[in-house]
Amino acid sequence: MLSVKGLSVAYGEIQVVWDLNLEVGKGEKVAMVGPNGAGKTTTLKSIVGLIPPKSGRVEFLGEDITGKHAHDIVRKGITLVPEGRRLFPKMTVIENLELGAFTPEAKAKKGDTLEWIFQIFPVLKERRNQTAETLSGGEGQMLAIARGLMSRPKLLMLDEPSLGLAPKLVAQIFASFERLHEEGMTILLVEQFVAKALSFAERGYLLERGRIVKEGAGEELLRDEYIRKVYVGG
Amino acid sequence: MGGIYALMSIGLNLIFGVIKVVNFAHGEFLMLGMYIAYWAFTLYGLDPYVSLPLVAISILALGALTQGLIINPLLKTKEINQVLATIGLMIFLENLALFLWKSDFRSVLTAYSAASISIGEMRISFARLLAFAVAMGTALAFYALLTKTDVGRRIRAVAQDAEAAELMGIDHRRIYIATFGLGGALVGVAAAAMSPIYYAFPTVGALFGPTAFIVVVLGGLGSFIGAMIGGLIIGIVESIAGVLTNAELAKAFAFAIFLLVLFRKPTGLFGERARV
Ligand SMILES: Nc1ncnc2c1ncn2[C@@H]1O[C@H](COP(=O)(O)OP(=O)(O)OP(=O)(O)O)[C@@H](O)[C@H]1O
Ligand SMILES: [Mg+2]
Repeated sequence: MLSVKGLSVAYGEIQVVWDLNLEVGKGEKVAMVGPNGAGKTTTLKSIVGLIPPKSGRVEFLGEDITGKHAHDIVRKGITLVPEGRRLFPKMTVIENLELGAFTPEAKAKKGDTLEWIFQIFPVLKERRNQTAETLSGGEGQMLAIARGLMSRPKLLMLDEPSLGLAPKLVAQIFASFERLHEEGMTILLVEQFVAKALSFAERGYLLERGRIVKEGAGEELLRDEYIRKVYVGG
Repeated sequence: MGGIYALMSIGLNLIFGVIKVVNFAHGEFLMLGMYIAYWAFTLYGLDPYVSLPLVAISILALGALTQGLIINPLLKTKEINQVLATIGLMIFLENLALFLWKSDFRSVLTAYSAASISIGEMRISFARLLAFAVAMGTALAFYALLTKTDVGRRIRAVAQDAEAAELMGIDHRRIYIATFGLGGALVGVAAAAMSPIYYAFPTVGALFGPTAFIVVVLGGLGSFIGAMIGGLIIGIVESIAGVLTNAELAKAFAFAIFLLVLFRKPTGLFGERARV
């Protein structure tokens, strides 16, 4: 479904992603893990067209989407739920959600999508007329995910959705990912929370200093000695 | 004049709040709008309130072109370039007007220009009252557009987080063009409403542009309500001071109020951070 080949990304003179290869198959749940500053966010932003790559190729459903604008790539069916939520703070929950349904197809299905989303995250229904800035951290993250779902994506990419959340809420949003996966959603999850992400994902990649240093099945990576020592702590 | 100031300032504030660019040519947009109203009146006998839609659309187009052809290509460069570009545009438009129309003062004398309404002791100029009503109506209509329509929602989304808006499928550059255009349209309405009560001349922008800046800062950067109330305050202060003293001193009074507010509340009356 998504195929990234030889991707290199730089901020001005400073290159932060080097020759990265990554595949996500239809219906798969894939995780990309790595420490602070490894280049995870940069990779995702480059895939969705927020940062133009220096070289390499991004293909989605067989189509070359390298260097396309972000607002066009959403229409193709990739949604990024960005790091730090990036909600529209002065707008209500409902307004935030409606902005997520931008494409004509998404607009047509808006009513159904909303119902579906309120089933997954009932709390958003209660908070529908509150502005986003008044939500708690967990509610905010749920809204960010829900807003991403409003476009009815084929591929959902999530950048550190568990950041700053209490363990109970982390469990809750991971449960929502499982549910989405069961309903057929393709998911690319970026996390620093290595153990959690790798036990969720079918396949994983470990990114360090802008390069993929390990890849394999989720369980396999979880058993990997290096990963256990450095990231899982025992 | 309070309504006129409010309209201009709402436009200026909108452009700043969404695009983060200060439009130094704002007063010159007003000047061009006033000339369009003047020529429509002089050549075709059109009352400024009849030519108002034409003036608004012309300045809307001017604003959209400014963003599309000048500012958008500069977005990836340093911000100072965008500001310099609007300063350049200000100088260009002023000189263009000087070249085309000389420095004469031109006025639109409608049948109601001198008419006034008496309420007890007070006499209010009919043209000023009309200008005020039209300005307030336009401001309210614009507020509804911003809060109730799809375009308005998109503009607010881009103002709050342009990158996140892109992720929602919104082309922020197109929204910038629409925003600058709308800011221009507001100035266009102000220009048409003002032409029965004030002269058009090439440097009229230099007279009213700075007032709009004062209003925006007074009301609070990025605040719609702030620009509206700020415009009214400056308008009222100027007219009261104008009655008691003279027009030049009146501007000084308005400026004094501005400084006073900023000393007490540096973010302006309604400001927090730059948000629409
Ligand atoms: N806008 C920018 N300009 C310059 N350098 C940047 C910019 N954004 C990120 N970087 C640098 O690029 C590198 C990778 O950053 P990135 O945000 O992609 O890492 P990350 O893996 O997402 O980290 P985290 O887990 O902290 O979110 C870092 O060294 C960072 O300092
Ligand atoms: Mg990151």
